[in-house]
Amino acid sequence: MTRKQRRLILIGGSVGVLALAVGLVLNALSGSIVFFNSPTDVAEKHIAAGTRIRVGGLVKPGSVVRGENLRIRFEVTDGNHDVPVRFQGIVPDLFREGQGVVAEGKIEPGGVLDADTVLAKHDERYMPKEVVDALKKSGRWQEGSADGAGVAKK
Amino acid sequence: MIPELGHYALVLALALSLIQSVGPVIGARYRDASLMRLADSTALMQFFFVALSFAALTVSYVTSDFSVANVFENSHSMMPLIYKMTSVWGNHEGSMLLWVLILAVFGAGVAAFGRNLPSSLKALVLAVQSWIATAFYLFILLTSNPFLRLPQAPFEGRDLNPILQDPGLAIHPPLLYLGYVGFSIAFSFAVAALIEGRIDAAWARWVRPWTLAAWMFLTLGIAMGSYWAYYTLGWGGFWFWDPVENASLMPWLSGTALLHSAVVMEKRNALKIWTVLLAILTFSLSLIGTFLVRSGVLTSVHAFATDPTRGIFILGILIAFIGGSLTLFAWRAPMLKQGGLFAPISREGSLVFNNLFLTTACLTVFVGTLYPLALEAMTGEKISVGPPFYNVTFGPLMIALVFAMPFGPLLAWKRGDLLGVAQRLMSAFAVGLVAVAIAFAAEGGQSVLAPFGVGLAFFVMAGAAVDIAERAGLFRVPLATAAKRAAGLPRSAWGTAVAHVGIALTLLGIIGAATWGTERIVALKPSQTVALSGYELSFDGLTQRRGPNYSAQVATFSVHSGGALIGIMEPSKRSFSARGMSTNEAALMMRGLGQLYLSLGDTNADGSIAVRLYYKPLVMLIWFGAVVMMLGGALSLSDRRLRVGAPKPGRKPAAKPALQAAE
Repeated sequence: MTRKQRRLILIGGSVGVLALAVGLVLNALSGSIVFFNSPTDVAEKHIAAGTRIRVGGLVKPGSVVRGENLRIRFEVTDGNHDVPVRFQGIVPDLFREGQGVVAEGKIEPGGVLDADTVLAKHDERYMPKEVVDALKKSGRWQEGSADGAGVAKK
Repeated sequence: MIPELGHYALVLALALSLIQSVGPVIGARYRDASLMRLADSTALMQFFFVALSFAALTVSYVTSDFSVANVFENSHSMMPLIYKMTSVWGNHEGSMLLWVLILAVFGAGVAAFGRNLPSSLKALVLAVQSWIATAFYLFILLTSNPFLRLPQAPFEGRDLNPILQDPGLAIHPPLLYLGYVGFSIAFSFAVAALIEGRIDAAWARWVRPWTLAAWMFLTLGIAMGSYWAYYTLGWGGFWFWDPVENASLMPWLSGTALLHSAVVMEKRNALKIWTVLLAILTFSLSLIGTFLVRSGVLTSVHAFATDPTRGIFILGILIAFIGGSLTLFAWRAPMLKQGGLFAPISREGSLVFNNLFLTTACLTVFVGTLYPLALEAMTGEKISVGPPFYNVTFGPLMIALVFAMPFGPLLAWKRGDLLGVAQRLMSAFAVGLVAVAIAFAAEGGQSVLAPFGVGLAFFVMAGAAVDIAERAGLFRVPLATAAKRAAGLPRSAWGTAVAHVGIALTLLGIIGAATWGTERIVALKPSQTVALSGYELSFDGLTQRRGPNYSAQVATFSVHSGGALIGIMEPSKRSFSARGMSTNEAALMMRGLGQLYLSLGDTNADGSIAVRLYYKPLVMLIWFGAVVMMLGGALSLSDRRLRVGAPKPGRKPAAKPALQAAE
């Protein structure tokens, strides 16, 4: 085998693996990423039932209903629109009415979000960035109401 | 007084670093021995002054000097001494100080142990180290000074973020930084080689121990972080594909590739340009990791503070070093002479395969981590890329790599015989197949993929054993001779086998915990009992306890197996009044290689408390495997040929660079 042939095999192999990886990445990006939406986005975008999304906002005061077997229902609001959320399991420690929350799950035909993950802030001084942005968009954000350090999911 | 001393020491270190950035380069250019030697003393003195500065901050923390803003923000007089000390790096400013301290440690290490390096190479390496150091000293002094005083000293501090008050997290940052920053040595060597315009097999021999040491620390640091997340976050997960975790995984992947390509360079004088590029990329990924974590681009436990000027400063450092080194590479790399030839099927070929898959896997992690940031910056659309993405991209690449792993060490250099190797691996295949069959029968068809994963892990372990047996000539020579030969094998051969076994163990742990675990989430009232995977857990009740700076709500569970009491588990929730935060302390009980895991949720109106219960078989293997990988690295590092400072047969002790240049 000549030097040239060897180099060709090497380059061919590398390009092959890279192409495979690019294919896998593109395939995964089209199938397994989750878009973040504010409650207003959900109301306006008419997201197809069965789509996985993330919704962020505040837990609407008075909307939390706890049921049997750790079932919980609440509404996420950005002040303009609300999204009802259903969840079964343990909500984070600092899940409170009027506080920031991010819920991830599938949107159902009735517009209810069947969440499998609920994230809340982990620090009194901190609010998830996604929630801040959603509130800024809806005009309900007050500067200085959350400062700096803290934790979103962890 | 003490904080000012620390501040002043850091300024002195910066001054020394500026001298070290310029003097040795001029010395190397004009062959001025005294200017080149200058770097040795400045590197050692830099270490002294940074250590002094770090000690000053530590003293401020230990004595709870709240007149220092940084101490006030992150400490509390009631905190246990150990956390007062670890709070030094439990915040942005202090952790950057730790960063430069470790950089100075490595710089001093090269100065002290690099006696047999050619003097011009050593001078250039230390100069490049100082370029990095200068940038980070400036970053600390201009944007993140930990020694700033408050006009009036408060009586009490604001406490360290409670989830950082944990022994696991106390040692996680230093380990991780030893890894991140350790790769700076490989980077400096690469840049120095590019400036000199020549590189040889000996270069790889000098770079490899440093890279290996950095890699070992990084491996342990990542494992420690993962175990911390596992028991602190209360979800029982060990890896979340969180961008911050990815930031540490990327340098690990490319660092692992670098270790392997350096072997080819050292033994066969091939893959030189690629190895230099990998050394640059690995440290670049460490810098990107620092940027992602420190700039506040990502929200996570690691983003202590979000200050745009810091982000822009680190971004500047990033662009200067990555851009600069890659430009230098593009300009100078074509001048480096190409080395030995090899057939595609050979040991070199297998290591190229390893590099190809590791870097591609690293690329998929890179895309998954940065694509959401790029998309948000360009379109404002927010997305999250989670486990499903990595399962279909990173997963298949890793499986292919792990499958190929036993083949590599058995192939001959230059031209290998794949069929022959496959025949020698027959017994390992058989072990793998038996493992698949046993796993399939034992789990009763829960998952189809998991038994194959188990088979793969056993194939790799058996493959590592075959490698050692083949080298020792087991079954070809008398047993005693084989044992003697095995003991006399190079430590690096043992290191390879042990590290590969470590990978297999981690794989087994991941499969066990992810597919065969059981999980229950229930609301319990006192004296109720819940069954989990053959264990009976009865909830005895809740009690309140007080810690030094928190109060805790402790739930007591008696655990029974087969009717007999086997232990008490006490998950708790701690609330820290200083920050109004609470943390979840999961209770863990070892059952062989698995664990029972309990963590508490909310208390409900009817007096019941929500509890997460997990049984995770084999889960300890995930971290145990990482420790085994690290031991493999340590074995390899102790190999005579790599020992730092050991006399190298047949090499002239430096000082004649002109002769070597002819190589």
